[in-house]
Amino acid sequence: MRGHSANRGHGGRGGGYGPRGIGRPVEKAKDFRGTTRRLVRYMGPHKWSLLLVFLATIASTLFSILGPKILGQATTVLFAGVLARLQGLPGAGVDFTAILRILGMLGVVYLASTLFGFIQQIVMVNVSQKTVYKMRKDINHKLARLPLHYYDSASHGDTLSRFTNDVDVISQSLQQSVIQMMSSLITIIGVTIMMLTISPTLTLLTAGMLPLSAGISAFVASRSQKFFVRQQNILGELNGHIEETFSGHTIVKAYGLEAEAESAFRTINDELYENGWKAQFVSGTIMPLIRFVGNLGYVVIAVVGGVFVTRGSMTIGNVQAFMQYSRQFGMPITQVASIVNVLQSTVAAAERVFELLDEKEEAADSPDAKDIMQPAGRIRLTDVSFGYNADEYVIKNLNLAVEPGQLIAIVGPTGAGKTTLVNLLMRFYDVGQGVITFDGHDIRELKRSSLRTMFGMVLQDTWLFEGTIRDNIAYGREGVSDEEVVAAAQAAHVDHFIRTLPNGYDTVLTDDASSISQGQRQLLTIARAILADPAVLILDEATSSVDTRTERLIQEAMARLMEGRTSFVIAHRLSTILDADRILVINEGEIIEQGTHQELMEKNGFYAELYNSQFVSATV
Amino acid sequence: MWKLRSYFKPYLGTIITVMILVFLEVMATLKLPDLMSGIVDRGIARGNIPLIWGTGGIMLAVALGGVLCAVVGNFLASRASTRFGRDLRFDIFKRVGEFAPREFNTFGTASLITRTTNDVQQVQQMFHMSMRMAMRAPLMAVGGVLMVVRKDSGLALILLGLIPIIGLIISYVIIKGVPLFKGLQKMLDRINLVLREQLAGVRVIRAFDRGTYEQERFDKANRDLTGIALKVNRMMVTLMPLLGLLINVTNIIIIWFAAKRIDLGVMQVGDLMAFLQYTMQIFMSVMMLSFIFVMLPRASASAERIVAVMETETSVKDPKEPAQIGRDRGVISFEDVTFMYPGAAEPVLSNISFTANPGETTAIIGGTGSGKSTILDLIPRFHDPQEGRITLDGVDIRQLALEDLRLRLGYVPQQAMLFSGTIASNIRGGKADATDEEVMEAARIAQASEFVNEREDGYGSYVAQGGTNLSGGQKQRLSIARAVVREPKVYLLDDTFSALDYRTDARLRSELNKRAQDATVIVVAQRVSTILHADQIIVLDEGRIVGKGTHKALLENCAVYREIVASQFGEEAVS
Repeated sequence: MRGHSANRGHGGRGGGYGPRGIGRPVEKAKDFRGTTRRLVRYMGPHKWSLLLVFLATIASTLFSILGPKILGQATTVLFAGVLARLQGLPGAGVDFTAILRILGMLGVVYLASTLFGFIQQIVMVNVSQKTVYKMRKDINHKLARLPLHYYDSASHGDTLSRFTNDVDVISQSLQQSVIQMMSSLITIIGVTIMMLTISPTLTLLTAGMLPLSAGISAFVASRSQKFFVRQQNILGELNGHIEETFSGHTIVKAYGLEAEAESAFRTINDELYENGWKAQFVSGTIMPLIRFVGNLGYVVIAVVGGVFVTRGSMTIGNVQAFMQYSRQFGMPITQVASIVNVLQSTVAAAERVFELLDEKEEAADSPDAKDIMQPAGRIRLTDVSFGYNADEYVIKNLNLAVEPGQLIAIVGPTGAGKTTLVNLLMRFYDVGQGVITFDGHDIRELKRSSLRTMFGMVLQDTWLFEGTIRDNIAYGREGVSDEEVVAAAQAAHVDHFIRTLPNGYDTVLTDDASSISQGQRQLLTIARAILADPAVLILDEATSSVDTRTERLIQEAMARLMEGRTSFVIAHRLSTILDADRILVINEGEIIEQGTHQELMEKNGFYAELYNSQFVSATV
Repeated sequence: MWKLRSYFKPYLGTIITVMILVFLEVMATLKLPDLMSGIVDRGIARGNIPLIWGTGGIMLAVALGGVLCAVVGNFLASRASTRFGRDLRFDIFKRVGEFAPREFNTFGTASLITRTTNDVQQVQQMFHMSMRMAMRAPLMAVGGVLMVVRKDSGLALILLGLIPIIGLIISYVIIKGVPLFKGLQKMLDRINLVLREQLAGVRVIRAFDRGTYEQERFDKANRDLTGIALKVNRMMVTLMPLLGLLINVTNIIIIWFAAKRIDLGVMQVGDLMAFLQYTMQIFMSVMMLSFIFVMLPRASASAERIVAVMETETSVKDPKEPAQIGRDRGVISFEDVTFMYPGAAEPVLSNISFTANPGETTAIIGGTGSGKSTILDLIPRFHDPQEGRITLDGVDIRQLALEDLRLRLGYVPQQAMLFSGTIASNIRGGKADATDEEVMEAARIAQASEFVNEREDGYGSYVAQGGTNLSGGQKQRLSIARAVVREPKVYLLDDTFSALDYRTDARLRSELNKRAQDATVIVVAQRVSTILHADQIIVLDEGRIVGKGTHKALLENCAVYREIVASQFGEEAVS
């Protein structure tokens, strides 16, 4: 929900139409062989299907190679008849029995080629779709097992891009390029053999065209790549400008900056145009040029073949067949170049997916992990030390004993380790040293699910998913009634606000729910926590965007909720924690002061200074 | 797509030229088999080798002509389509620039960005493709049929019979395929959404132990996606071999009938060979066409989204005949103003009436969602109220030119918003022609000069997009400096000092006080301590004014205000 733009920076990949892979930048895998082998292994369960695809491809390609040769025979027979008549031979004419026989054979060959082609395609559809289905599933299940550390360090955009773009590349490639590659290779070999049997001279001439078309594609492609890279950069710049202008539209309006924004836009937009049409033009020139080379070959065969036929060293049908072969030959050759590119980016994509699948997982629950059926909420931290990096401790030798039902307030400057403490309590991260116990059990001996459901948490980062407000509140617990949802909303003082929305509780929250402020989002997540009815509450600066009066109203609701529950409150505003049983003042990972508000004020230390500072201010 | 026709209009000439070029290219392609049949029938059959060479030369020239047409056509099409994209993009950008926040909310900022970038790209690509390929197919079909009819009108009937069959198959693909492709896109969006939410919400999901539920949600989306992907792909892979078979069967039929005609002497072998190649070419171009039809839904969805933007009128318009302000003082007056968001069940603001005078500070305080910020938003006309009116120096603000109105306001939002450029260019956002001295003076008042001077490039320091290379407090101060340099009649400050420490806060307030002596200041506040000395405090509760007066007066007669004060200072402060 929180505006992670997924595909930015990857807009170029697979974005345009036109022939895939021609003239566009290609990425390369770090370990091409290893990844290829692994991708093949990944498709292991489908090996019999793949074998079938392989055989069907061979059969289909071979039959389609036979086609022109047989067709040519028909022409030869026809031509012979015509020639015979021209020469005025008696009883001369077309040999219809031969024609019938040839056409019959042709029919069989065509049917067989189609049938095998169909088998190959339909099996491959199943294989590729099942493979990417499994891949998506594996990624998702993997993500569920990854420690929080992964989520906090890797960018979400990158993970999403592996899931969407990379898997998409793999699926497309399995579907088309693998078969194409196979059939292209077989076609090249088969057609070369057929051409050689017809006329080695003509074959040589046709092959002479190859360097020409290869040279042309290489020349044009390198040029077009340059334009595409530049286009991508300018596009990025343009997107940035649009994003900035649109998200700041109130300021743009309030200060009448429209004209300025427009002229900046025009400059980048013009630049994009200048580069864009060149990229488009150059890459679009490849196909006509290759077609031209093909036509060149066609003319050469027509002329040279024609001369051969008049000399009687070749049949007319073979010339016709040769023309078709040279076409069949040219197509896969030009294709192979682009398929190689596609396969390369496929392996690079697979490598990124495998990298994700290889990430280190969270240690599994031990087999004898316990459930706590009736949690009391007694929490003890003994000599706990922890750092996100091995050499840097965020929390040092922390000792803390919390009795059931106590309200513990945690204060301290930013970066003092308050949020880390929550991460450790809920076992989002494991302690480096020391032990945390819950009702006397080391939390590492508890089932994670059991431990976490005992906590109710409202985080600084509100998280709502696309769905109705009702569903978002009901997320806290399974199988809740509408009345319970409304009651929770009322307790969080968000009921009135929800009712001012167009569809009340059925309002769908979307990505851009800009009519819902940060404070209101927090209230919704508070309602969710209230509904979850946990043994221990954690409020992590949860009310920082809510005004003090609302906060007080929530606190009243919370106070009722906190009765009999252990609660941790992390807050900047000290007025909110006056009622705490104990206030922990944390600085640089250590508890430097603790006690009640009264005690700490009398001590006149760090806390007292912090508390007093908030009342010193003047007014406009 | 049709609704964008006015954008295609300037390219009518280009479109026609490209069409002619494509036509010539197609003719060249079609001429080749014709020439080849000449080689067979007149060259080979009669042993006329010079004719073979001569015809070969002509063929070469024709092929060269064809490629020239293709390259020039592509050049024109590339330029036209990219230029079309550029102009369309600019117009959308301009149109969105006119939008009021209400329109931003209906579309969503992210969606507006996509519409300006990706969607334009889609339509532009489609335009290019259509010019190059979509025209090629029908031309090839028509041209091919014409050539065939010329060769042998009897046999051409077979081909004419083939075309409706291919047409039928393609319309089947369009009718069946287009919804499938749309469905596929929807399922893709769905699964991406689910994953994105799971990434962003991992802590919540784990805290509430809803991992299994989320996995089921994902698995369902994955299954749905795979199901529809299988359907789409199965259809495609059935179609292609089927079309191939169709063409081959046609070939066999053609040869059979051609054999009879050749035997009768009414047709020549070369003609048959040309004939077979025409069939192939017609078939290929039709395949290309079906490719475009598969792409079309995506582009037309993009076009629809663009048109939706272009057809949306801003809800806040300039008056036709703007009124003039007589005495320029800066008195803001709300008269019985009621405002609700479109479609909402309850108003955000109800019957708001108050007057903010020059030289005075009017503070607005109240709970989250009580409508504090909305009051400020109504003054620059980000929204217009449904009932009542707001006046500036006695003139209804809806009768003022927007530029005139906003020129008099110094708006500082809750979230400081900066633009890429320099520190000076950001401050000059408030007054484009401000001198260096004015910029520095504004920065001094906003307590920004200290950190600006610490920077190597001072006022020329680079500010990243959205000001991400500055801290929250620094952004806020620059955002205030931008308002100050404007020397507005009315300051609109929305909880502006929240990211500042108390010392800076205090200094800023006293400096601003001096500067804004004759201006009207309306400030939205969270902390009571910051507004103790305001000339007028307006207490809001659920969109209504429940108290109006000074701190002292309100403590005596406003229960809600007492509650707020108690929540911040403790009970003893109220008693």
